[in-house]
Amino acid sequence: MDLLEYQGKQLFARHGIPVPTGVPARTVDEAVAAAQEIGYPCVVKAQVKIGGRGKAGGIKVAADAAEARTHAEAILGMDIKGFTVHEVWIEGASQIEAEFYASVIFDRGAKKPLVMFSTKGGMDIEAVADESPEAIATLHVDPLLGFQAYEGRRLAFEGGVDADLVRPIGAFLAKLYDTFVAEEAMLVEVNPLIVTPERTVAALDAKVTLDDNALFRHKDNAALRDPSAEDAQEQMAHDRGLIYVKLDGDIGILGNGAGLVMSTLDVVAQYGGEPANFLDAGGGSKAEAITSAVEVILSNEKVKAVLFNIFGGITRCDEVANGLIEAFRQIKPTVPFVVRLDGTNDVEGRRILAEADLPGVHAVATMNEAAETVVKLAKEASA
Amino acid sequence: MSIIVGSDTRLCVSGITGSEGTFHTLNNRRYGTNVVSGVTPGKGGQDVEGIPVFNTFHSAVGETGANTAMIFVPPPFAADSILEAADAGITTIIAITEGIPAHDELRVYTQLKRDSGVRLIGPNCPGVLSPGKANVGIIPASFFKEGNVGVVSRSGTLTYQIGNELAQSGFGNSSIVGIGGDPVPGSSFIDVIAEFEADPETELIVMSGEIGGDAEEAAAAYIGEHVTKPVVGYIAGFTAPPGKTMGHAGAIVSGSKGTAAAKAEALEAVGVRVGRTPTQVAEIAIEILGR
Repeated sequence: MDLLEYQGKQLFARHGIPVPTGVPARTVDEAVAAAQEIGYPCVVKAQVKIGGRGKAGGIKVAADAAEARTHAEAILGMDIKGFTVHEVWIEGASQIEAEFYASVIFDRGAKKPLVMFSTKGGMDIEAVADESPEAIATLHVDPLLGFQAYEGRRLAFEGGVDADLVRPIGAFLAKLYDTFVAEEAMLVEVNPLIVTPERTVAALDAKVTLDDNALFRHKDNAALRDPSAEDAQEQMAHDRGLIYVKLDGDIGILGNGAGLVMSTLDVVAQYGGEPANFLDAGGGSKAEAITSAVEVILSNEKVKAVLFNIFGGITRCDEVANGLIEAFRQIKPTVPFVVRLDGTNDVEGRRILAEADLPGVHAVATMNEAAETVVKLAKEASA
Repeated sequence: MSIIVGSDTRLCVSGITGSEGTFHTLNNRRYGTNVVSGVTPGKGGQDVEGIPVFNTFHSAVGETGANTAMIFVPPPFAADSILEAADAGITTIIAITEGIPAHDELRVYTQLKRDSGVRLIGPNCPGVLSPGKANVGIIPASFFKEGNVGVVSRSGTLTYQIGNELAQSGFGNSSIVGIGGDPVPGSSFIDVIAEFEADPETELIVMSGEIGGDAEEAAAAYIGEHVTKPVVGYIAGFTAPPGKTMGHAGAIVSGSKGTAAAKAEALEAVGVRVGRTPTQVAEIAIEILGR
């Protein structure tokens, strides 16, 4: 789960990382009240989970209440790269002497946390990595030992900071690492990490990705999920415990097992089709889960045909067939279905489907034939 | 021969008294796996259809000589159970549990690497099947028979799909190993491919990867240097959008990293033929083994 900037800053503050004081606001009036509370100059910042907010006009400095209102009016509701701004964060304007970069990343390749620090902050770090990789100091931390003081010093020295900043930067990195571990993050990134004229440091931005699998023991963080910012179908699937990702096409997909579903999307694309979603009905899918999944798939109005690709292991094909029959009874779909059942109880599943003789349901023998058929049916429906 | 599990496997199941745990334990025993014990704290002294249950791994190992553990407990308790099994002297741990926090996996991985001699398969995996010998996990064994193709995969059902196409063409398997779809798998493609390379029964290796991380790229480099047996590859997720987790916690394209195209390219660069569909994987395998 990705956090908004201000949610990330609130996490940082909990772990002693200095951040500018701020207040979130969802309406123009709230934003103006927040600005009055913070004082001027203050900054009105769009809260969306995408980079490049500044360039898109989503970050503005306000010198007084009138400006705060103008900026809040402009920014709330603004579209930034496909993300609508539902919330702004008002914070006191900071005095900036220098802009640095700091992050801790869950490095899957090395299987260790990776800490990165650079004095080239305020710009896209991937661009810095491409142009001058020597400007980024990095080190891997032993997850059983934790972050050591010497590691903070080393990063600060290797990053090339002035002598008086070695200690504050080292301490900042240690706290960032604490946040990463304590909140079970996959990423914590600060860009820019600012140095003020008083030679103190602070996080002026916050990018945090939390581990979804760990949210069960971080109830406060789990509560930060904002259903209104999510796609309607994805929210519906989430509420029903289904793993669903919405895509741009018109062919609804249901399969069991993440790998098989990904593979199904690829094969459909190879036959010239465009999948409308990823949906993993999971191992051991029971009839009710299948019915529920069909509802989610069909709630996307773009769907013109649906493909069921099941290879039963724990999942039983007769359960899938019964689930589909129940879905037809409840929802009465008007789009064609292509169904491929293989694996556990496949003969029984196919027999159940054949006997039910559902309108518009095509049973096919192989994954390739299933993909080819559903692509043809979707094209016919669009013609 | 086979790898990881076989006729010398003595299995102890953590979470044996849960409904899923019981179901799959008995399934594994029915297949011929030597299930010697189970562990559920607080239920020591009971039995599951004749399989004795212990409170701790230490007593299960002491009393029944278990050398392999299968972990079936829910995510909040799984890391603890893996560490307990290792501490008790179990040398092969197969973790089926899906949804273990990534930081738990990281600590377990680091500890097990330090404490060498313990092998972890998974978590979030379907287990290991050595046809005709032993099945530890949830792989539907009836689709597979003994043979000379070793399969290693990040995905369960996709393995069944590929394995079934091979079976329909008359091929069997030495072992089928699911390494799981999580960000920190206990064993990598490389670990398993090295065992297949050393296994006299295995003549062809099929590796099925997916988007996310760089395990396939690392495997490609290893294959180029160390593997003499033919390898056929498959990568799922060519059409996956960046930034979206596709079911498996580890299956995510981050920015430009972890794409299926880059993985296929890395494998092809070292001479691994990569099938674009599961069917094509079977076709290439058949071509190489000649039938």
